[in-house]
Amino acid sequence: MSQKTKIIEREEVVIRFSGDSGDGMQLTGTQFSDTSALFGNDVATFPDYPAEIRAPQGTVGGVSGFQLHFGHQEINTPGDFADVLVAMNPAALQANLKWVKPSGTIIVNEDSFTDKNLEKAGYDSDPLMDDKLADYNLIKAKVTTLTRECLKDSELDQKSVLRSKNMFTLGMVYWMFDRPFEHTEEFIEKKFKKYPAVVDANKKVLRAGYNFAKTIEALAYNFSVAPAKIRKGTYRNITGNKATAWGLMAAAERANLELFCGSYPITPATEILQELAARKDLGVKTFQAEDEIAGICTAIGASFAGDFAVTTTSGPGLALKTEAAGLAVMTELPLVIVNVQRGGPSTGLPTKTEQSDLLQAIHGRSGECPMPVIAASTPSDCFHYAFEAGRIALEHMTPVILLTDGFIANGAEPWRIPKMSELPEIIAPIAKEGDDFLPYAREEKRLSRKWAIPGTKGLEHRIGGLEKMDGDGTVSYVPENHQVMSDIRKRRVALVAENIPEIKVKGNEEADVLVVGWGGTYGHLITAVRELQKEEKSISLAHFNYIFPLPKNTAEVFSRYKKIIVCEINDGQFAEYLRSSFQDIKFEQHNKLMGLPFTVVELKERFNQLLEEK
Amino acid sequence: MADTVLNSPNIKKLSAKDFRSDQENRWCPGCGDHGILNSVQKALADMEIKKEDYAVISGIGCSSRFPYYMDTYGFHTIHGRAAAIASGVKCANPDLEVIQVSGDGDALAIGGNHFIHAVRRNIDMTILLFNNEIYGLTKGQYSPTSNQGMVTKTSPFGTIEEPFKPAQLALGAQSKFYARSIDTSIKLTTEVVKSASAHKGTSIVEILQNCVIYNDGTHALVTDKATKDDYQLILEQDKPMIFGIEKNKGLILGGNGKLIVVTIGEHGITEADVLVHDAHTENPHMHWLLSSMMAPEYPVALGVIRDVASPSYDEKMVQQIKDVQALSSIKNMDDLLNSGDTWVVE
Ligand SMILES: Cc1ncc(C[n+]2csc(CCOP(=O)(O)OP(=O)(O)O)c2C)c(N)n1
Ligand code: SF4
Ligand SMILES: [Mg+2]
Repeated sequence: MSQKTKIIEREEVVIRFSGDSGDGMQLTGTQFSDTSALFGNDVATFPDYPAEIRAPQGTVGGVSGFQLHFGHQEINTPGDFADVLVAMNPAALQANLKWVKPSGTIIVNEDSFTDKNLEKAGYDSDPLMDDKLADYNLIKAKVTTLTRECLKDSELDQKSVLRSKNMFTLGMVYWMFDRPFEHTEEFIEKKFKKYPAVVDANKKVLRAGYNFAKTIEALAYNFSVAPAKIRKGTYRNITGNKATAWGLMAAAERANLELFCGSYPITPATEILQELAARKDLGVKTFQAEDEIAGICTAIGASFAGDFAVTTTSGPGLALKTEAAGLAVMTELPLVIVNVQRGGPSTGLPTKTEQSDLLQAIHGRSGECPMPVIAASTPSDCFHYAFEAGRIALEHMTPVILLTDGFIANGAEPWRIPKMSELPEIIAPIAKEGDDFLPYAREEKRLSRKWAIPGTKGLEHRIGGLEKMDGDGTVSYVPENHQVMSDIRKRRVALVAENIPEIKVKGNEEADVLVVGWGGTYGHLITAVRELQKEEKSISLAHFNYIFPLPKNTAEVFSRYKKIIVCEINDGQFAEYLRSSFQDIKFEQHNKLMGLPFTVVELKERFNQLLEEK
Repeated sequence: MADTVLNSPNIKKLSAKDFRSDQENRWCPGCGDHGILNSVQKALADMEIKKEDYAVISGIGCSSRFPYYMDTYGFHTIHGRAAAIASGVKCANPDLEVIQVSGDGDALAIGGNHFIHAVRRNIDMTILLFNNEIYGLTKGQYSPTSNQGMVTKTSPFGTIEEPFKPAQLALGAQSKFYARSIDTSIKLTTEVVKSASAHKGTSIVEILQNCVIYNDGTHALVTDKATKDDYQLILEQDKPMIFGIEKNKGLILGGNGKLIVVTIGEHGITEADVLVHDAHTENPHMHWLLSSMMAPEYPVALGVIRDVASPSYDEKMVQQIKDVQALSSIKNMDDLLNSGDTWVVE
C-alpha cells in the first residue's frame, strides 16, 4: 500500500475509539474490526454505549466508546487496556484515559479542545497543554479542520461534511496498523448508495486521514499484526444478541416448529426481539407485548398451541415474569426465557454488565419451582446455548432460562458459521391423533408428559396452574399427590443432567488452583489462566454453561484441586449455590460490582496471590 | 372465527352434551355461572367448528374455572393474564377458535392492561366477561365494577371508588364488537356468543352474572321476572329500540346529547320517533350511550351493541409474513447464516 518507515510485529493490539454519541465511533470501531477480521486476525469487540441517550453534547455522560482487540493469537476478550485511544473530544479523553496502557498512543481531535468543551468535560486546564499526557504518545490532529479542508469543494452542507470526520480518524488508524481500505469503501458505497456525494466525501476523508498519518509519521513505526491461525471455514462477525436470536431460530428449524417470541423491550435484551422481528421471511412471529408479563404469557399461550415459544428480557423483566414462569413449570410446557443480565437491583445500570440474576434464575419463583438454567459465555456461543436452551425445553417439556449478559450481548467476535445439518434434530414429544393420552402421563426416560396440541382430534384436555393429579391431570388437592408431583418436578430437572455434556477443564486435570466461572466471564478467565499456565503456574479453569442442573461430573472435578476460586461479576451467587450443592468443598471467591467485566490483570493478581498462599 | 368448518355432511352434528366434561362442578348452587356454562355449550355445539379447534382460556376466579367444565382444549391460567395467554394461542395457531373467560376482577383489575391491549390489537378471539361486580373466589371483596358505596369485606363502610363500565373501557380501547347478556337468559347468551364468535377480531361479551353468595341480586332489576321487561332493552339490528311490559317504551336522543326514555303514544311520540339500532356503524357514539345506560334511570342494553368489521391482528400477522417471504431471498437458516458480510478462511 505504501512504503513504511519501520514495521513492528505485534501479537495483539487493543484500540478504543471514543467520542460524543454523534461522532460515529460505533461505526468506526465496527469498520476497523470487520476489516481486521477479513484480514485474518482474531477479533473481540465491545461497544460502550453512553448511559444516557440524550446526554448533553460534549459531556462525559454522552461519551460513546468502542473497544476492539485483534491479534495473531486466539483473542478471548476485548482487552483490558488500550494501546491506542482515539478521543474525539475532551469528554472522551476524560472518560477513557484510565483505560490507556502506560506509554500508549492517544489520538485527539485538537479542534474540539475548546474552553467550552474542556469545561463541559470537567477539565480545569487543557490536558493537551500541560504535562498530564507526557507519558503517552500524544498525536494531536486538527480532525475537524482537516476534514473541512479536504471537502472544501464538496457540494455537501457543513453538517454532512463534519459527519464524515470519523472517517479521518479511521484512516489514520488504518495507516498505523497497515489495514486495507477495500472493505470500508465497499461499506460506504453500499450504505450511502442513494447519495453519491456522501460516498465520495467519506472515501476522500478516509484517504486524507490515512495520508495525514503517513505524512506526520503518526508513529515512528507502524504495527503489523499477522493473521491468526484459524480453523478453516466461512466466518462472520456476530454479536451475542444476534447470535441468541439466531440460535433460537435454529432450534425452531431443527424442531420443525414455528418460532413465537413474546417480549417487551428492555436494555440490553432488546436487540434479540428486534432481530427476530426482522425475520418474518423465516416465519418468525414476534409479539411486542404491553409488558413483560404479557410477553411471557403470550409465549406460554403459543407454547400451549404448539409453537416453539420464547420470551426475552433483562433482570427487572425477569422479576415480572416469575409468576407466569411458575405456570409454565406447573403445566410442563416448553419455553425459553432469555435473560440478558445488567447491573441491578431495580433500574440499576441498564447499559452495564453484571451476573447478579443467577439466584433469581435458579430460585426466584413462588413455591418449589425448579427449571433448568443455562448460560452462554461468549458473543458467538450465544448461538449454541440458545439452541441448547431450545433443545432442552422441547425435549424435556420444560421452561428453561438462558442467561447472557450485557457484555457478551453487545460484544462481537468472528464466528465460524455452522451448517444447519451439523446441528442435532430436536424431537419434542408431540402427541398424535389416536394416541393414548392423559395430560400428566409420562415417558420413562425424561419423565416428560406429552404435548397434545389444540387442533388435534380426540386429545381435548385441560391444564392449568392448580396442582394436578399425577397421570390423569384432574385438579387435585390430595396431600400425597402434591408430594409426588413436587418430587417429579424436581426429578425432571435433575434428569436434564443426563442430556448435557460433562464439564471439561481447561488445563491440567489436577492443579493447585481451579478457577471456576460461569457465563460471560469466560474470555477474561481463560486469558488470565492461559497466561499463568504459560508461566508454568499450576492452575486450571472450569467454566460452567450448564448451571442447573450442574454437569454430572462436577463434584468429581472439584475433588481434584487443592484450592477452588469462584469468580463472578456479582457478590458470590454461584459460589453460594456451589456451597449449598457441595457442602464439603471450600470455595474462595473473587467478585466485582462495578458494571464492568473483569480485567485480566486483576484476575492474574488475585490468582497469583492464591497460588502463593500456603 | 375459525377457518376450519364442519362442512362435511357425514360428520355428526355436535350437541351441548358433547361439550360437557367429566369434572365435578364446584360452583355454588344457584350461581349464575351454571347458566352461562349451559349457554356456551349450546352455542359451541351450534357453530360449524370442530370440537378440537376450540381453545378455552381463563384466568383465576370462580368464573375462570370454566375451562374445566368444557370438554375442549382448555387452559386455566393465572390471575389476570388470560387475555395475554389467549393472544399467544391465537397467534400460534390462527385456525383455533379462542374463547377467553374472565371475571370482572380478572379482566379489569389485575388484567386491565392485557384486556385493553388485546382489544386494541383486535386479535380474533371472544372474551366472555362474567360481571358479578364482586370478587367471588376470594369470598367477597369489591371489584372495579362494584357500585360506589357498596359494602363488602374490604369496604365495610362502603366503597369510595368510582366503578368502571366495562363497555366504556372497551370502547376507549377501540373495541369493534361489544355485546351484553344475562346469566338467566340461555337463549340470549347463546345467540350473543355465536355472534361474537362469528365476528372477526376481539369480541367482548359482558355477561351480567349473579353471585348468590357475595353479591346476590346485584342485577335483579334486569333479571327478575317482575321488573325485567321494563329494564331490559334487547337490541336488534335495524329494529327500533322498544322495550317495556307493554312494548310501548322507547329511546330517543335528546337535544343535550343524552338518551331519553319516552312512551309511545304519549306527547305525540310514535314508533317512528324511536331510535333504530345500528351495531355496524363505525362511530362509537351511540354504542357508548347505549352501553352506558344503567337501571333504574334507564333500561340496560342487551344483545349486540357494537359489531364493526375490521381486519384482525392475526390476519395481518399471517399476511405480513407471507408478503415478506415472497420478497426475501432468505428461505432457511443456512441462507440467513451465510447472508451479509462473510469471509472464508482456507
Ligand atoms: C396474583 C394473584 N393475586 C391474587 C389472587 C387472588 N384472587 C384470585 S381470584 C381473585 C378475584 C376474583 O374475582 P373475579 O375475577 O371477579 O372472578 P369471580 O370469582 O368473581 O368469578 C383474586 C383476588 C390470585 N389468585 N393471584
Ligand atoms: S362465590 Fe359467587 S361467583 Fe363464586 S361460585 Fe359461588 S355464587 Fe358463583
Ligand atoms: Mg367477579
